[in-house]
Amino acid sequence: MGKQIIVIPAYNEEATVAQVVRDAIRVADAVVVVDDGSRDRTSALAAEAGAIVVRHAVNRGLGGALGTGIAAAVKLGADAVVTMDADGQHRAADAARIFERIGQGDVDFVIGSRMLAGAEGQSKMPIHRVLFNAVGNTLTYLLFGVWVTDSQSGLRGLSRTAAEGVDLRTNGMEVSSEFIKEARERRWRKAEIAIPAIYTEYSLSKGQSFLVGVKTAAKLILRRFIG
Amino acid sequence: MTAIQIILCGFAVFALSRVVLRFRKGGLPVVHLVIWFLFWAAVIVAVLRPSTTSAVASWVRVGRGADLVMYLSVVALFYLLFRLFGKIEELERQITRVVRAAALKDLDEKTAVASKGSAPPRIPEAAKLPPPK
Repeated sequence: MGKQIIVIPAYNEEATVAQVVRDAIRVADAVVVVDDGSRDRTSALAAEAGAIVVRHAVNRGLGGALGTGIAAAVKLGADAVVTMDADGQHRAADAARIFERIGQGDVDFVIGSRMLAGAEGQSKMPIHRVLFNAVGNTLTYLLFGVWVTDSQSGLRGLSRTAAEGVDLRTNGMEVSSEFIKEARERRWRKAEIAIPAIYTEYSLSKGQSFLVGVKTAAKLILRRFIG
Repeated sequence: MTAIQIILCGFAVFALSRVVLRFRKGGLPVVHLVIWFLFWAAVIVAVLRPSTTSAVASWVRVGRGADLVMYLSVVALFYLLFRLFGKIEELERQITRVVRAAALKDLDEKTAVASKGSAPPRIPEAAKLPPPK
């Protein structure tokens, strides 16, 4: 199997980033943390934990950070890239499963889905999150014509082809849906694997609030018709 | 002349003077100068002789001149908002591109140092920078 790189966008995640990096390093050849203009010690802690840190001088949002991280991974010679959140809601073991799936060579894009049948912890998912994901999926389907079970998942894998070709134009949380759009437009062969839904109080506080969700939705719709 | 007429005319004259000033400095194409000149001249006429707007209004079958002005203003403002939205989006994208290029340039330097082997353990330059304001 080729070079496997995990990309972790992080904005003010000093509480969790070091542990996430330490876990991630065990399943990848390199871990790239994109410090998206944090005001805390995210960069220093991530580097200490062994990550290659690239840093945005100013905060650009999730989409901007992911774009930078994937570009960095390609530069470092990645054959497969997995993105995961810095808040600890994804397990390194699941990233490893995504690498494995990509390593089989028949897919370009793998989504770690919390909603796929058989995913653990579904019953414990807070009801507003279930609802939120349903709205995200429906909107993604209506706008881009692709149905996936977890359009807002932050754990996803890209083959080298996909990582090189992806062109993210959105800076914010809309990026999750943009990946799906890219998958369709660039004809990536895609797959989903079930991952456990892990919700901690911390990750819930960091995720999209209702207002941010509305903003994300509005931007998605506007961009679909303007951008 | 009523107070509102004086205020609006005063503003139109002020705006015109800015347009002329910008044109003199060479920051404005002639076409724009002409368009702005016509626009503000029309504003002055409409303010001083409101009946002219009524004439135009009845020509396009709108009840009152003031209504027509409102309709046109709303349309113009929406168009402007639309343009601004697009412009801001474009700016955001450009900023991201600049920030990304800078971040990736740091990565180049880091990996270049790392591959020399003699370098001290990898402490990314980024980690040492003071946090952005």
